[in-house]
Amino acid sequence: MKRFKYLSLIITSLLLVLTLAGCGTQPLSSQNVLENDKKSNTITWGVKADQKLIGLIDVKDGQEKGFEIDLAKAITKKVLGKNGNAKFVTVTSQSRIPLLKNGNIDAIIATMSILPDRKKVIDFSDSYFDAGQSILVKKNSSIKSVKDLNGKTVTSAVGSNSVDNIQKIAPKARVLQLPDFAQALTALKSGQGDAMTTDNVILAGLAVENPDYKLVGGTFTTEPYGIGINKGQPDFRNAINKGLAEVIKDGTYNKLIMKWFGNVPGFDYKEVLRK
Amino acid sequence: MQNWIDAYSWINIRFLLQGLEITILISVISVVLSFIFGSVLGIIRYAKIPYFSRIIGFIIDVIRNLPLLLIIFFTYFGLPAFGFKPDTIPAAILAMTVFESMMIAEIIRSGILAVDIGQMEASRAMGMKMGQAMWHVVLPQAYKKMIPALVSQFISLIKDTSLATIIVVPELMQHGQVVYGQNPNYIIPVFVAMAIMYFVVCYALSLLSKVIDRRMA
Amino acid sequence: MIKLLVDNWSAFISGFGWTVLSSLLALFFSLIIGSLFAILEVMPSKVARVIGNVYVEVFRNIPLLVITMFFYLVITLYVVKINGFTAGTIGLTIYTSAFIAETVRSGINSVDVGQMEAARAQGMTFWQAMQNVVLPQAFKLVIPPLGNQFINLVKNSSVLAFVAGFDLMYQGNAIASTTFETVNTYVVVGLFYLVITLPISYYMQHLERKLA
Repeated sequence: MKRFKYLSLIITSLLLVLTLAGCGTQPLSSQNVLENDKKSNTITWGVKADQKLIGLIDVKDGQEKGFEIDLAKAITKKVLGKNGNAKFVTVTSQSRIPLLKNGNIDAIIATMSILPDRKKVIDFSDSYFDAGQSILVKKNSSIKSVKDLNGKTVTSAVGSNSVDNIQKIAPKARVLQLPDFAQALTALKSGQGDAMTTDNVILAGLAVENPDYKLVGGTFTTEPYGIGINKGQPDFRNAINKGLAEVIKDGTYNKLIMKWFGNVPGFDYKEVLRK
Repeated sequence: MQNWIDAYSWINIRFLLQGLEITILISVISVVLSFIFGSVLGIIRYAKIPYFSRIIGFIIDVIRNLPLLLIIFFTYFGLPAFGFKPDTIPAAILAMTVFESMMIAEIIRSGILAVDIGQMEASRAMGMKMGQAMWHVVLPQAYKKMIPALVSQFISLIKDTSLATIIVVPELMQHGQVVYGQNPNYIIPVFVAMAIMYFVVCYALSLLSKVIDRRMA
Repeated sequence: MIKLLVDNWSAFISGFGWTVLSSLLALFFSLIIGSLFAILEVMPSKVARVIGNVYVEVFRNIPLLVITMFFYLVITLYVVKINGFTAGTIGLTIYTSAFIAETVRSGINSVDVGQMEAARAQGMTFWQAMQNVVLPQAFKLVIPPLGNQFINLVKNSSVLAFVAGFDLMYQGNAIASTTFETVNTYVVVGLFYLVITLPISYYMQHLERKLA
């Protein structure tokens, strides 16, 4: 009898937890992000913390640095004026969309491709970088293109869409996901995998310190990066798009590309310049 | 070899130490808070107040039996739906506090149970109220008995903060990832350095607890 | 949430399976390794005691996540190709064995010293005395704390997610990043963990009450 009482207590409470969690998913009250940001003179960006050349915290001063960081600063100045502040919150591929939806950040600029699945839950700006997926292999590897990956092991990082792409294009490839890209590369170097795959820029950042490895086969997907913005924020989205267009038009964009990707072996920066 | 020398440049080590500082900060604040909340919850559970103690007890059991990672996700991703948007460090402190309070509540409850029941009865017979007897007689003895368990809980808290790297809290583990983000060849040296840092802090604490234990005995 | 559960049922179940498997394997091996190091710690030889002590103190005082990632990288770099599940389970085993060693050692110590001496006086070797007299009693004493160790193991197995170990947490992360229903996904994941841990926890409390 006593045991039965416990059981019913447990079941009731579990149901309670379920109901509570159900309540928890109400949409955020729609505020105007652009107006809020203008009032506080600050745009809060979700950025990468550990991606070389793109968004990496500088161990000297603790500041985020990289192409996306500079681009976010430039766009902020166009949207808010010369004295506008860009505030950075470091995110991962896993945390960026929940944080945007929850309102911790106003915009995501963190190597996020514009994908139909994501468009269902958030909006995107115009693309700000022509990214595509590529593969990184040891210099003397027999793998020349993505098709050679069938039957081979490919490493990548948890929570990126690269894995789905590989499974579509080379269905017989075995995919090994690691916590982050640096570890995915280490797994490749250790012989855990025969190739590593993800976006070309990320691979380029990793190849800088590892000249024995090279990108092969060019890009086999077209997955331009876009700035992630919450749904129902047309004003903010237009302002970001306008800012981005101005940054491209006045040549800042190409300067940033040269600054960050101008000297990366195996990466043709001219392909991603914008006119 | 060159990788090791480069990885251990003073700038990198300093950055790791800054991470360690945040790790310790989060741990200390969380342990103080969870000691307070844990004591209250433990006493409530011990006191067997009808229904209330049962419900508290059940909540304690549920949270205690979930992985800490989940608690971290819930505080960081779940709370904003209720209008509260913590930054990463407060979110980590909150998650640690919630989780550790439940662990400490259990330690406190069994600590109280371990104090001879006769003492409580004797104090009550001498005219003390329940609360007085608890405060003056039972709790001091219970806490004394619990010191080793509490210290080891504190040590696991320090170690557990490493999980907070999943939400990019700037603690030791996350700073390690940034350091080897500069150059993937630093991974192994960085892991060794992190392991040493965690070990020094945690081992020092466990030695301290042994000293205290011997003094008290 | 029900829809989420139904849509991703096979992923959740496979994650659940890997979590249980990893926990059981880690429990089994950490019991063996932990007991061995516990015996080392109480052996007459000083060298053995030092080895036992160092092992226990090192792995008890470093986060599981660091141990797991470290072994994943080091083993694959220098020893043999393994996957995330194996690496995670090895990390879990090493970490837990240090705690089990502590538990078993205090169990051994709480068995009356006189018994060991008496057994030795009767001509038994250290190992015979250990095996036939001390360990059986010690294990009886350490069974309740071992139950708690197993609960910890199940919870800790969530670090497998960091090394792509196919476990419940890993599947949860994968589902959350495709459905974007973050909180709901993790609630379901939490319920799966509770299905394992809560019954054990209540059984342990029941046992403790019975023994008290």
